[in-house]
Amino acid sequence: MNTSACAAPRGKTFWDRVKQQKVLILMTIPFLVHVIIFRYVPIWGWLMAFQNYWPGKSILQQTWVGLENFKLLFDDPVFYQVLRNTLAMSVIKLAMGTVSSIILALMLNEVRIMWFKKSVQTISYLPHFISWVVAANLVRDALSTDGGIINEVLMRLHIIKQPIMFLGIPALFWWIIGVSHVWKEVGWGAIIYLAAIAAIDPTLYESAMIDGAGRLKQMWYITLPSIRPTISVLLIMNLGWVLSAGFEQQYLLQNGRVIDYARVFTIYELDYGIKMMRYSFATAVGIFRSVVSLILVFSANQLAKRWGQERLV
Amino acid sequence: MIRIRHRSWENIVIDAVIYLSLIFLVIVTLYPFLNTLAVSFNDAMDSSRGGITLWPRKFTLYNYQTLLTRSQIYSATLVSAARTVLSTLLGTFCTAMVAYIISRKEFVFRRLVSFIYVLTMYIDGGLVPTYFLMRSLGLVNSFWVYVLPGLVSAFNLIVIRTYIAGLSDSYVESARIDGAGEFTIFLRIILPLCKPVLATIALFIAVDNWNAWFDTFLYNSANAQLSTLQYELMKVLQSANTMSGSLLQALSRAAAGTTNTVTPRAIRATMTIIVSVPIVIVYPFLQRYFVHGLTLGGIKE
Repeated sequence: MNTSACAAPRGKTFWDRVKQQKVLILMTIPFLVHVIIFRYVPIWGWLMAFQNYWPGKSILQQTWVGLENFKLLFDDPVFYQVLRNTLAMSVIKLAMGTVSSIILALMLNEVRIMWFKKSVQTISYLPHFISWVVAANLVRDALSTDGGIINEVLMRLHIIKQPIMFLGIPALFWWIIGVSHVWKEVGWGAIIYLAAIAAIDPTLYESAMIDGAGRLKQMWYITLPSIRPTISVLLIMNLGWVLSAGFEQQYLLQNGRVIDYARVFTIYELDYGIKMMRYSFATAVGIFRSVVSLILVFSANQLAKRWGQERLV
Repeated sequence: MIRIRHRSWENIVIDAVIYLSLIFLVIVTLYPFLNTLAVSFNDAMDSSRGGITLWPRKFTLYNYQTLLTRSQIYSATLVSAARTVLSTLLGTFCTAMVAYIISRKEFVFRRLVSFIYVLTMYIDGGLVPTYFLMRSLGLVNSFWVYVLPGLVSAFNLIVIRTYIAGLSDSYVESARIDGAGEFTIFLRIILPLCKPVLATIALFIAVDNWNAWFDTFLYNSANAQLSTLQYELMKVLQSANTMSGSLLQALSRAAAGTTNTVTPRAIRATMTIIVSVPIVIVYPFLQRYFVHGLTLGGIKE
């Protein structure tokens, strides 16, 4: 999209072009109104974060409190817990998700029996299309102490004697989030890496074979380096999202025992803001999340540019 | 290219590891679904003895009968279906139209409009301001809150725009020489050419809508008639441990006095299957589209 402006005929003023394109502009207007109302008007509501909002009065009649809500936020120990949980779960999900998808793509690429490859792919995409509500149900059943498959298998193998209540152990919660994320998304994540692998020049493999490289060596020295640009673009792109570790997954899998490790920003906004009717505080939390995310996304974008990758935004 | 493989010891071991791992993946992916399916068709009291794996031990349709005769589930299914169909049709059409507009290289506000949309991917007003907006628009306790706010998503927009940018300009040029207007060009030329990518986007929108529960939770939880299937399942999931959910209480009351009984586990399993079946049926048919559309549109931007 670098040379976009040059396509129009030269020598015409801006207003000539506007007049000429009035149909296109008219087509745009309803959509602009829509996006501005639904996506930009709420940002006007950010003013609430600098007020002590009380329902019933309009936003301009509220008492102004300056940065009071942000001070409350940064003084709240729970906020740091939320920040820790969010970062930890984002990084775990990103690392486990990326590695597992790459391994799956490498494996699928080695399969020569086409029906087998197609079937594995079809089945591995399936969980991506299932809601987290359903997935959380399945995860809970699999981990239940009451005949859950994980406990059953571990007991049959005599690794444990008593069923373990996995979802009640705080130290395990982040990893359950990571593993269930992999279960749901590994097949879907592999699509993009498979596409990148398919684009590798076959002559590279031929010359490697002549040099006597086995299949493992070919994967390590040719396939992996060739898809490195894809890996780094996706990693950088996802780094921008570390403050949105997902919400549904944590909300649906948490319970009272593990909440100190499960609470992410949206849960914090709900439980410490809206449910306590601290609307201004909840808005301040939202602003913090949005602004830091924006900064992260744009830094990631700059990083990608510096590394010579395509721009992401 | 066909790579020649020697039947060497190394190759056999690698293949064995790969095939076994992939079979393991298939089992791990499918087992939870099949187990839930078996539980949903098994007598609830019998299930609580444990030991159900892939096949019902005491087959019954009672779980389904109990659930499907509840008006709550019936209306939630209708609402979920209605929002999915409407959002998919309207959303795909509108997104394609905006994508066409911003793919036109000579359009003066092309960059501005693109920027306005792209920025929405990274910035949102947050829960409270958005809620207040919906309330002042009269969208709280309204069906339209499921359809209107998400009509055009920036990600889908970029995917379609990238696809249109890959089409040859000559189609549009020759139509213009024939005197076709902008809207006609979009409707008659661009839309048919975009079929593969539109199928992908329609699938994404449909799945997102079918799977959504948070908007019901935020905006319509006070109005039982606007509840969605996913939200009903979410409530069952949240209350399953305590048996406190209204649906669960109602169901156990309904079952009291009969020889049959339902348990939270059986209800959860049955609802999980009811909720998942439409997706499991639809998605294999659309698979060739989304793999194509995703690798085409997704990776380039």
